[in-house]
Order: sequence, then C-alpha cells, then structure tokens
Amino acid sequence: MAPILEVRNLTKQFGKGKERVTAVDSVSFAIEPGETVCLVGESGCGKSTTGRMVAGLLEATSGEVLFEGKNIKQLDSAAFRRYRQSVQIIHQDPYSSLNPTQTVRQILTAPLLRHNKVKPGATAEKRALELLEVVDLTPARDVIDKYPHQLSGGQRQRVAVARALTVDPKFIVADEAVSMVDVSIRVSILTMLARLKEEFHVTFLFITHDLALAKYFAWEGRITVMYLGRIVEDGPTQRLITDPRHPYTQALLSAVPEADPELAQHKRQIELRGAEIPSLLALPPGCTFHPRCPYFAPGLCDVAAPPLEAIPEGGRVACPVRRQERVSLLV
Amino acid sequence: MNMIRDILNWLGTTLKLMTYNKAGFIGFLATCTILVICLIGPFFIPLDTRTKLDKIYQPPSTEHWFGTDHQGRDIFSQIVHGGKDVIYVAAVAAFLSTFIAVTFGTLSAFAGGAVDGFIMGLTDIILTIPQFPLLAVLAAFIKLDNLTFLGLFLGLLSWPALLRAVRSQALSLKERDFVEAARALDLGAGHIIFRELVPNMMTYIVISFTLALTAAVYTQVGLVLLGLVPVSSSNWGVMISLAWTQGAIFFRDAMWRIMMPILAIALFQLSVITMTRSLELAFNPRLRTMV
Repeated sequence: MAPILEVRNLTKQFGKGKERVTAVDSVSFAIEPGETVCLVGESGCGKSTTGRMVAGLLEATSGEVLFEGKNIKQLDSAAFRRYRQSVQIIHQDPYSSLNPTQTVRQILTAPLLRHNKVKPGATAEKRALELLEVVDLTPARDVIDKYPHQLSGGQRQRVAVARALTVDPKFIVADEAVSMVDVSIRVSILTMLARLKEEFHVTFLFITHDLALAKYFAWEGRITVMYLGRIVEDGPTQRLITDPRHPYTQALLSAVPEADPELAQHKRQIELRGAEIPSLLALPPGCTFHPRCPYFAPGLCDVAAPPLEAIPEGGRVACPVRRQERVSLLV
Repeated sequence: MNMIRDILNWLGTTLKLMTYNKAGFIGFLATCTILVICLIGPFFIPLDTRTKLDKIYQPPSTEHWFGTDHQGRDIFSQIVHGGKDVIYVAAVAAFLSTFIAVTFGTLSAFAGGAVDGFIMGLTDIILTIPQFPLLAVLAAFIKLDNLTFLGLFLGLLSWPALLRAVRSQALSLKERDFVEAARALDLGAGHIIFRELVPNMMTYIVISFTLALTAAVYTQVGLVLLGLVPVSSSNWGVMISLAWTQGAIFFRDAMWRIMMPILAIALFQLSVITMTRSLELAFNPRLRTMV
C-alpha cells in the first residue's frame, strides 16, 4: 500500500549564525494508512517540531513532506487546503488549545460551518452534539454551552479531539495528547483515540516522551525513537520493546518503571556514562549519543553520524557498534 | 425572536457583571446620565440666548441651577447644549484610533516581516511627533471647523501607543495552541483575527477606547482654549475659552461661569475612567459563566 504520509530528509533549523540549532536533522519515515506510529524521545529531541512540520504548521528548512504521495510544497492552493483539513493536530496542553472566550458550541461549529460540512442552525448543533458523544462527552447537551474553564483537563482534551474531527481528517498528529491529563483518565482517552482509529479510519502519529504509553497505544503499530533531532531506531512496536537494538532505546526501556516487583528486580539496568543531554548548540560529533553511550567505541562512534540501517527483524537502527559487541558488553 | 432573546440575555448578564464593582457601576451610571443629558437634554431644555442685564453673574439658585454668565444667560442650559459636540468629537477620535490600532496592530503581529517592519516604523515616527504642537501648527493651515473632521484628525494622531500594545498582545496570543489549531482547521485569517485574537484582547481594547476618549476630550478642549479651533456654538471648551479670555478668573462673581464647564468635563472624564473598572468585568468570559 502507498504510504499516506512520508517525510524525506526533513530538516528544521532555528536561529541564525552561531545561534543556529538543528532541531530536526534529516528525518525520514513513512506511515501507511491505518497504521499507528509513535514518535518517542526526550524533550527537545525534535519530535514536536517534526509533528508540526508534518501537519503543515511549520515550514521545513529542507526535505519534503509527502501527503498521499504528493509533496505538500508543490500543492496548488485548493489541494493544499484539502491537505490542511486532512491533517489535524491535537495539542499537549488542553488549557491553551481551546480559546477561553468561546463556548464549546462555538469551538465546534466554526469549522463545521466554514467548510460547509453542515447548514447553520439545528444541523450544526446536531453535528456538534454527535461529535461530543463520539469523544465520550456525555450528556453532550450539558457540555455544549460551557466555556473551556468550566471543563476539566480531560474534558477539554476531548473537546480538542472533537474539534479536530469536525473536518473529517485522515491523519491526526497527537502531540503529547495525554501527558498533561490526569493519569486516572489517560487510559480512557487513549481508548477513545484507538476507537476513532477504527471508526473514522484515521491514521495516528502519536508523539510522546513516555515509552510505556507508546507501547500501550501502538502495540500493533510502530515506534520511532528520536534523539537530538535524529531517528536512532524504529521498528514494529513488539520487536522494539522486546528486542531494542540501539543503546538509547535500551536505556529508555530500562528507565520505564515496572509495576511487578519481581520484574523490577530482574530488570536489566543500562548504566549511561552521563545523564546530561548535550546542548543543541554544541552537538557532539559523530553519533550524538556517544558521550552517554555505554558501548562507546572511540574512533568509531565520534567520527561520522551513523546511517540508519535496516535490520532483518524489522525496522532501522543507527548504531555503528556491532550487535555482538553490544550484547557481550551487556552480559 | 431567538436572536433578540439572546441579545437581551447578553445585556442582562453584562449589566449584572458590571454591578460587581461598585465604583465602576456608579461610573457607568454617571456616564449614561451625562450622555442622556447631553444627547437628549437639548430637545427639552432650550438654550438661553437672551441677554438679561439684571441677572449678570448670579450664583446658583433654583431658577438658574448653575448660575448665570456675563450676559445674564443661564449656564445650565449652556452646559446641557455644550456636551454633545465635545463627546462627538472625542468618540470619533477614539473610534478611529482604536480601529487603526487594533486592525494594524494584529496585522503587524500576524504578517511579520516587511509588513511588520513598515507598520512599526511608521508607528515610531508618529510617536516621536509631539502631538499638541503639531496640531497647533496645523491649525494655522487647516480650518478645523468641521466636527467630524476634527475628530478624525485627532484620531489619526493618537493610535500609535495603543497599536504597540495591541501588537505585543497579539504576538503572545498568536503562539497559543488554539490559534495554531485554527490554522490547522483552515478557518482563515479573518476568523483568526476577529474570533480568536480580538475577543481575547477585548477587555484591553475597550479600556483603551475609553482612555482614548478622555485623551481626545482634553486635546480638543485644549485646542479650543488656545483658540486654535474656531468651533462656534457653545461647547464646554468654548465656554472655558470665552470665560478665560474675558478674565473670568479675576472676579469672584464670575467663578461659576468658568467652573461649571470645567466641572462638567472633569465629571465626564471621571465617570468614564471609573467605568473602565466595570468594563473589565463585563468582558471576562470567566466571570460571565458565574452569573
């Protein structure tokens, strides 16, 4: 199947001269329709920037974003508007993603009316109520005339999802969509998103810093791990979780706390050589992870940026140290 | 019908919110009263133009509430008739300057780049021009006897400060996620500016409008007092100007004649400025839902 979305050598630089930083560095990946892909990484690794470029909200410095096979930069204005509506974004902070001066009704009906999805009046209201029910905000009549500040964080996030659904998107970038929501309702929002995936045939790019969450949401899908603007590893979730290849992925996984004390005791801990993430202004040469990497091989890791290489088990890894060496060091 | 009910509802809520601040609400009532007296009063209270030599410079009494002037004419009737023009000119000026500031301030913040550079450059230039001397000089060349023209003229000179404030607010607002969401939903620049940004700046804009109004009153009265604007008829500024040039400050009996228009202006300004406290409440959506 042709990918619904593909990015090729996507790069974003901010600032000028000495202050210039490369937030996203030659990132390439493709997402099939219906597939769920999680973008995982520490804060500042460029995952949100990638998400915003994918949604067309931020222009790339170089590289291309292809939506349904077409470069979004080469679309004419009508096609670009179709793309604009097909790709929606759900923001992290539900307290700033809804306009405080508008009621839920106004928030939902504005895009419906603007794009002639419904006729003004009763049908607009009906559609808005339907959407609220889709995102489990019931009874919808109690919510529709409320202002955002009258809703809880979780409810706001659901309104933000409903708003994204007004334009019948094919692709949704969920940028840390549940990380600011109370832990107790995270699962119900994730379940709701997973249901949308099935019911509305929406493809998700799920951005998160939480590997446990990525594992939960994209168990059938893929995970892409980013570090300081580059992809270090990607692959099917189940392979990546059970058999991580890049030392950074291994470190991330070993940092996920386990609820089971038995498991927790036997869990392999990766000792990093340093805890500090290098500044984007002064990136180490070669593999940017080498100052922290337990398998650091002088002369190999700190010379050239390692390319992403496909592995037979599925996915790609960017690590120059041979696998055997990595494992032997581990034992 | 529904719409009328919605509007009435909105008005009711707004009024209720305005009562939350006592001083502000009194200011609001006082402003309304002054507006009613100045706009409707002239139809009921005829302007006293008849010279009555036996009643020159009388103190306030039941017959002449504010006393009489040098020709024995009733000052109260002059005050009632003299507010309309002052308020009209100030309102025109305030509307124009607020409109320019809000439109171009948000545009500047939004467009960025060369547009932003041009607008800000122009703003800085206008800001450096001392307004009053410029007006004084211009008054020598242009005949400022048309009220609307005078208002527009004042408005054209008083927008820069507000524009800068609006621009900086819009700059911070446009980075908020809901604006980005509106962009992703392709709601259009008009929607983003007038539905997303402006409502969030409404409190600020309304208050700036009232402050621009008071500033325009003073500038205008100042121009009249200096005799730079040949506005005929009796308006508060002209009354002060005439009383001043005829030496009213040197005679105790003439005090009422110069004090009354000054008081009228001061009271109007005080009411408008106090009213802003209530306006702050009326445009806050958070409070709206608590009623």
